[in-house]
Amino acid sequence: MSLPPHVARFTGGIHPMDGKGLSNGIPARTAPLLEKYLVPLHQNIGAPPKLTVTKGELVKKGQRIAEPGGFVSVPLHAPTSGTVGNLTEVPGVAGNTLQAVEILSDGKDEWGSGLDPIVPWQEADRKVLKQRVADGGIIGMGGAAFPAHVKLSPPPEKTIDTLIVNGAECEPYLTADHRLMLERTEAVLEGAAIAARILDVDRIFVGIEENKPDAVEAMKKAAGAFGIQIVPLPVRYPQGAEKQLIFAITGRAVATGGLPMDVGCVVQNAGTCAAIRDAVVEGHPLIERYTTVTGTPVVHPGTWIFRVGTPVKEALKLAGGVREQPAKLILGGPMMGFAQSSMDVTVTKNTSGILLLAGGETGRYLSSPCIRCGRCVSVCPMRLLPGPISVMVECENYALAEHNFVMDCMECGACTFVCPAKRPLVQHFRRAKAEINAIRRARKKH
Amino acid sequence: MSTTFLAAVCVVGIIGLILGCLIAFTAKKFDVEADPKVEKVRELLPGANCGGCGFAGCADLADAIVNRGINPSRCTAISAEALKDLSAFLGVAAEEKEKMTAVVFCGGSLSRAARKAQYNGIMDCRSANVAGGGGKACAYGCIGYGCCARACPFGAIEMRDGLAVVHPEVCRGCGKCVTVCPRNLIRLVPASVKIHVYCSSADKPAARRKVCSAACISCGKCIRADGQGRVEKQENGTVRINCENPPDISLAETAGCPTGALQTEEAHRAIRPISPKETQK
Repeated sequence: MSLPPHVARFTGGIHPMDGKGLSNGIPARTAPLLEKYLVPLHQNIGAPPKLTVTKGELVKKGQRIAEPGGFVSVPLHAPTSGTVGNLTEVPGVAGNTLQAVEILSDGKDEWGSGLDPIVPWQEADRKVLKQRVADGGIIGMGGAAFPAHVKLSPPPEKTIDTLIVNGAECEPYLTADHRLMLERTEAVLEGAAIAARILDVDRIFVGIEENKPDAVEAMKKAAGAFGIQIVPLPVRYPQGAEKQLIFAITGRAVATGGLPMDVGCVVQNAGTCAAIRDAVVEGHPLIERYTTVTGTPVVHPGTWIFRVGTPVKEALKLAGGVREQPAKLILGGPMMGFAQSSMDVTVTKNTSGILLLAGGETGRYLSSPCIRCGRCVSVCPMRLLPGPISVMVECENYALAEHNFVMDCMECGACTFVCPAKRPLVQHFRRAKAEINAIRRARKKH
Repeated sequence: MSTTFLAAVCVVGIIGLILGCLIAFTAKKFDVEADPKVEKVRELLPGANCGGCGFAGCADLADAIVNRGINPSRCTAISAEALKDLSAFLGVAAEEKEKMTAVVFCGGSLSRAARKAQYNGIMDCRSANVAGGGGKACAYGCIGYGCCARACPFGAIEMRDGLAVVHPEVCRGCGKCVTVCPRNLIRLVPASVKIHVYCSSADKPAARRKVCSAACISCGKCIRADGQGRVEKQENGTVRINCENPPDISLAETAGCPTGALQTEEAHRAIRPISPKETQK
């Protein structure tokens, strides 16, 4: 065990109103069983899973209903026991349309995942554990939805010496990881220990923002048994961004275009760790998650344990509905989440929050030309020049934008948050990244 | 006083003379010989640098015409008279070429297409496309923020009621708009075809109807009314006029298209906002 690390301060960052008080004191409640779940097939980054069940087939809770579509893909599991219904379509989070399969509950909620618990996992083979993570359908539950087993499979030439568990939860309003770390402390820590065993590392850190003192306390109490260090982090958005978290805890900076594994680190979300533990110790695949339903228009904000495939409408009903007409529905947090145009979206494996904003909390902005105040530059955690890059994108000079490292932008939204000219900077960068990726793909083909 | 004045004039004058000689010398010494023929051809070309010919602008095409024997009709944007002048100057006959025009295959103007959201972002289709796809509900239709209209070097595309409409008499068929449309709605078709099915949705017909009152619902009425295979159903369910063998424009009336997706080019261009009452019908 190394000494407690010195917490480094990353460049930039902002302090948005956190809004966590709405829901952070309320224990998570398990959502009652629904009659029907709509499970979108493509919830992960990478290849979409292939459906293996047909309409009318009987499935058990946790039974595999879709095979992974490649290495960077995960299987899907039935959220409850019942029959397979129609193959329909639901709106995706990013405004796209996703294929979804209906699972009609039989009310018995019987387990039948076909995965045996691996106990004691301390003696199990690493490959077996890694395969279990893949079989559990586990993806990054902080929002990125990257398959967890891929992150746990670094190429042999990279030496990994540190596992970092991301419990920062720097997004305003969200309290799902907070409640998870309070209520399932041991599960998070045990999952982290399993992930560390898969990676063969003994340096494990859990980074938690200081605005969750009760979670820090609870985790500290239990961490000793697992040889894990808890690192309280200063409250600053985006403290929970992968590269910023690594820098804060280890002092190592990931080079441009690089990955955490280049500096010997692997970062997993706290929720992902708990899911890894459930898959290994209980044999339960990822079919439910902690999700915060919050916002001032919500009658009873709080954190819920939802099955994957729960329609957002039902989720809001559980939270007592709304007390006033909301102006905006966001899946995820207000900084990096996606505003929705339809209430038909469903809770997926990476839905960390369902946020409603009232009319006064959001508005229509008219953007104006950059006044070169430089505020975006001072808050950018990646040390980019958001203002100038946005002008390059406006002029469609993608080569220049690429030269100015637009691809390093993680779309945290800090620049857009502070921009006095209300410029939609992140949208510019997202477009630039899409265009540059298209150019790169075209170049590869030739 | 006068000597100071004279001295200044002399000094400046001498410096000017020396520099002038230097410029004259370098101009002669480092002169790049330009082919006057290429210059003249470049002058005769439209000068829009639209890239429709496949060359990097008009100067590049002029060079190719003079030195590589490319036919002047390669220029898509050139007018008939200018082409006549150009071929007379070059002494070659211009190849006969069918005039092409761009068509936006969507009829979802703001008053016809359903809306899903209030879009508050960059007013550019390609930017909107990476942020949920703008305000209209149809995932296949015209986003309506006019990136094709801005890309057109000839000003042939007009945004009418939130829909891009091409004016074929202005359009020179360079195809610049085709490349910028993020929804791939624009295609170049022979300008002689004056009737089209203005819908590109690959959704299920019922879903199309839900999001747009001008959607083609793939009912097949026009295909049956024509009966000669001049209107075709495509693989993704959309219906298209066969541009190689187009039907007469009277088909727009005889087919009785229930949604008005099948329209003559003229009727399509005369888009007017429909009153809410009419939309409810």
